[in-house]
Amino acid sequence: MAKIKVDGRELEVPDHYTLLQAAEDAGAEVPRFCFHERLSIAGNCRMCLVEVKGGPPKPQASCAMGVKDLRPGPNGEAPEIFTNTPMVKKAREGVMEFLLINHPLDCPICDQGGECDLQDQAMAFGVDASRYGENKRAVEDKYIGPLVKTIMNRCIHCTRCVRFTTEVAGISELGLIGRGEDAEITTYLENAMTSELQGNVIDLCPVGALTSRPYAFQARPWELRKTESVDVMDAVGSAIRVDSRGREVMRILPRVNEQVNEEWISDKTRFVWDGLKTQRLDRPYVRVDGRLRPASWGEAFEAIRRAVSATSAEKIGAVAGDLATVEEMYALKSLLASLGSQNVDCRQDGAALDPSHGRSSYVFNPTIEGIEQADALLIVGANPRWEASVLNARIRKRWRTGALQVGVIGNAGDLRYEYTSLGAGTDSLNELVAGRGSFVDVLKNAKRPMVIVGQAALRGESGAAVLSAAAKLANDVGALGDEWNGFAVLQNAASRVGGLDVGFVPGESGLNADGIVANSDVLFLLGADEIDLTPAKGFVVYVGTHGDRGAHRADVILPGSAYTEKAGIYVNTEGRVQQTNRAGFAPGDAKDEWAIIRALSDVLGKRLPFDSLQQLRAKLFAEFPHFARFGEIEPGTHASLSWLGTKGGDLGKTVFRPAFEDFYLTNPIARASAVMAECSALARGGFQQQAAE
Amino acid sequence: MLADRDRIFTNIYGQFDKSLKGVMRRGGWDGTGDILAKGRDWIINEMKASGLRGRGGAGFPTGLKWSFMPKVSDGRPSYLVVNADESEPGTCKDREILRNDPHTLVEGCLIAGFAMGAIAAYIYVRGEFIREREALQRAVDEAYEAGLIGKNNKNGYDFEIYVHHGAGAYICGEETALLESLEGKKGQPRLKPPFPANVGLYGCPTTVNNVESIAVAPTILRRGASWFAGIGRPNNVGTKLFAVSGHVNNPCTVEEALGITFRELIDEHCGGIRGGWDNLLAVIPGGSSVPLVPAEQIIDTPMDFDALRDLKSGLGTAAVIVMDKSTDVVKAIARLSYFYKHESCGQCTPCREGTGWMWRVMERLVRGEAQKREIDMLLDVTKQVEGHTICALGDAAAWPIQGLMRHFRPEVERRIDEFSRNAHRAEPVLIAAE
Repeated sequence: MAKIKVDGRELEVPDHYTLLQAAEDAGAEVPRFCFHERLSIAGNCRMCLVEVKGGPPKPQASCAMGVKDLRPGPNGEAPEIFTNTPMVKKAREGVMEFLLINHPLDCPICDQGGECDLQDQAMAFGVDASRYGENKRAVEDKYIGPLVKTIMNRCIHCTRCVRFTTEVAGISELGLIGRGEDAEITTYLENAMTSELQGNVIDLCPVGALTSRPYAFQARPWELRKTESVDVMDAVGSAIRVDSRGREVMRILPRVNEQVNEEWISDKTRFVWDGLKTQRLDRPYVRVDGRLRPASWGEAFEAIRRAVSATSAEKIGAVAGDLATVEEMYALKSLLASLGSQNVDCRQDGAALDPSHGRSSYVFNPTIEGIEQADALLIVGANPRWEASVLNARIRKRWRTGALQVGVIGNAGDLRYEYTSLGAGTDSLNELVAGRGSFVDVLKNAKRPMVIVGQAALRGESGAAVLSAAAKLANDVGALGDEWNGFAVLQNAASRVGGLDVGFVPGESGLNADGIVANSDVLFLLGADEIDLTPAKGFVVYVGTHGDRGAHRADVILPGSAYTEKAGIYVNTEGRVQQTNRAGFAPGDAKDEWAIIRALSDVLGKRLPFDSLQQLRAKLFAEFPHFARFGEIEPGTHASLSWLGTKGGDLGKTVFRPAFEDFYLTNPIARASAVMAECSALARGGFQQQAAE
Repeated sequence: MLADRDRIFTNIYGQFDKSLKGVMRRGGWDGTGDILAKGRDWIINEMKASGLRGRGGAGFPTGLKWSFMPKVSDGRPSYLVVNADESEPGTCKDREILRNDPHTLVEGCLIAGFAMGAIAAYIYVRGEFIREREALQRAVDEAYEAGLIGKNNKNGYDFEIYVHHGAGAYICGEETALLESLEGKKGQPRLKPPFPANVGLYGCPTTVNNVESIAVAPTILRRGASWFAGIGRPNNVGTKLFAVSGHVNNPCTVEEALGITFRELIDEHCGGIRGGWDNLLAVIPGGSSVPLVPAEQIIDTPMDFDALRDLKSGLGTAAVIVMDKSTDVVKAIARLSYFYKHESCGQCTPCREGTGWMWRVMERLVRGEAQKREIDMLLDVTKQVEGHTICALGDAAAWPIQGLMRHFRPEVERRIDEFSRNAHRAEPVLIAAE
């Protein structure tokens, strides 16, 4: 700890603090543009100048100077800085004037207006008039992709975007070219950015130079209603804020959650919102003479009742999709149970995850924050960059410290950090389990080794054996202990951990997902669109939001609510319980899925014992108490993993395939989004580069 | 006038043999090993005692600078970096050393490197210096061949010297921008602290010295600190290369004692002012970044750090730019403003935005197309740039304008009056958008 005096107030701060942080601690506001807590220090905007007592007779950039850099006074007094002297005021006014002379001052037509650092700080620290009579600089706008719009006249060269792409996203896509007045931010030859985290530069940009292209000219920040929620595009469960106007979602922004996403979100999370408006199911449909016709709720329920009563319990089944909430899976499972069926499954991809092996066998035990303590990492059949982009950024953050060695089994491509490629499939895993290869030593010598198992490795016949082998390896290298559990299953469906927690898996005599689809006379699909429905011969009931694969095959469609339109519990890959909130109502006749199931149960004569979400949750919490603890993780035991490791099984000779082909099109909402479609096309290289506007 | 026997650069005009053989005949590389044998501390103390102040412009005591380097390595190697990126308008002293007397620098590198425990020296040569780099490279190669530097050399201290060619950016003469450039990055100054002596080239302790500071070291150590300290005035001792350009009859680079008066310097070496002393208008005594000094103040001033500082100017690199009365002094300063606007790296706000603003106002002042209140505004802008930037380029851009307004404000105001008087002229005053 170091002592420092800020504006006459003495306080103690940690040694590594900068003057800016010390001033913040002391309650003094220091304006800044280039400084950002999660990026390296550039010190180039010069807005954060403060006066240092006894220092040189000029103000110092407080973001770049450490508390330790200051020398104490002659008699050992604490060094003293000032943030409110005339010198500081003059310096800030000067810098602000310089920032504004070449800034277009087009706030009325700027999308950043109302949430602009430059606007706010000009009001707080600037002067009221301009003395600049020359012509302003004009800078050509750059094309840097379909997501981020540039108006480069407004750029103040803080280089936050450059530092973000280089440091966090891990790809040097943006840079400052030219020099002096002619310095410009651009991508190389105006290529589109390829980073899956590029949308974050929009939030980082303190002015309106980088704005959201899909959101351009759509709304003003002060007319938006802000709803705190969580993301369901992947299993990370990033904290988001849904901004809506009326019932329309206008944009999605990240919230800070140090434990999960820090303050980043992936592009799919951020730009998927236009998919919430298209391809929506807004009324019930019933298939009559081979064609889907609009129907009333009553007609739809009656059609289901007839189909259910015409068959026996074991010929009824339900499959839950990737975006289902815990409540609706709980309700559907209860309904099926009351009908006497054990045919329920939430594992559309057939991943060999089984709640009977204990919770630690299907969650990300070390936690996302725990990645920052890991010193060796083995990735088995996963591609965190695409399956969990923000989690991948956390791995990169750890890797950048130089303390993390990464090995990968499977074809991961560019992960944005260096890794040792250890092979393509189960063969290589077998080698490692047998203790051969140098990476085993890396894992063994590590204090906190980590093994990430991806969904791609858990599919197919060898899935269970891979899970067991990975658990054995984790056990052998000392990753399983009371202090540290390094066995991590990387989920990529938001509903999966919740579904496994709530037991949405086949009972003893039940069939798995593929079996349910092929053998059910009545098949309930709870937003299940990622499963092959061609074997389905029976009557299909689709409860969901979008006209996607499931709806095309359905005999009855019951329109549901998307994740921004309902309050629902999701459990992320770590096993962290979180909930979404309603930002707007679902379109048309669409209802919350749990309410649909509750209403249907009445028609089927098996009324479920809850009439409201509160009652449903009360029952849910009574049965599964951990769901009541929002934001927390119910830890699993490592003993069950050691046991899992002894199960063994035939690994066979399987090559790990990617979990999905296209990052931008993994769920019905994303497939309905025009922005995601454009990104997908661009990523596949099918697009001719678009000229700058 | 400096006696010939006291000159350090014996071949500054290139009339003698530049090869190693010729240099050795003139006393170069004489007893270098013996100097090293006396140890690091002796060399640094001797350099401190000599009173040598850095020749790059700021005048920081060289021996003191060397002593900042860590005595015991923490595992990182130390480096000496020589700043041969001489780009300041008017300055052409290092150029002559590189061209004609490069062995003084090579020998100096070895001694300075030894004194600071460096394992290698990097000499960063300005991009435009093609022949100079070739001459320097030749000298380095000769020294390697003769076993004077390199592994297991005759002088008993393993030391490598690398010549690196820059790409011609003025800002790369700033020491930390130079290090960035040397590392292969864009030449933009770093934030200080940490200073290069702690975290410099490749994150290792580094000292960046001017060519001249290093090149004079061997002779100082051979002839003794007291000899060097005996030349010049107190606190401003030794010899210095003066590069005189502009309106003198015989522009030249000449080694002289610090503290020689301006009159003596010009009369002895440059053949006097063009058109006589009465024709002298003003002098920029230390390269383009120091404020100019009007004729009547400079004529009998000793040319050294302290005397020129008292005139609110500076010795800088001792690049004396002489302007006679035919000079459009406002235009001259406007041209310098353009130079700084062009060479600003664009990293930090006040310099990036301020240099362009200052130049544009200066251009109008040249024509007189301005309001008189804009002079004060311009001065205010220079104050807003000065001291608020990461490196000293902002200061360098501000000072010439401040100097101009300090001494030639009436001239600027006269032009404004003249312009307004002619405001009724028949043709409209057109200002095109840029």
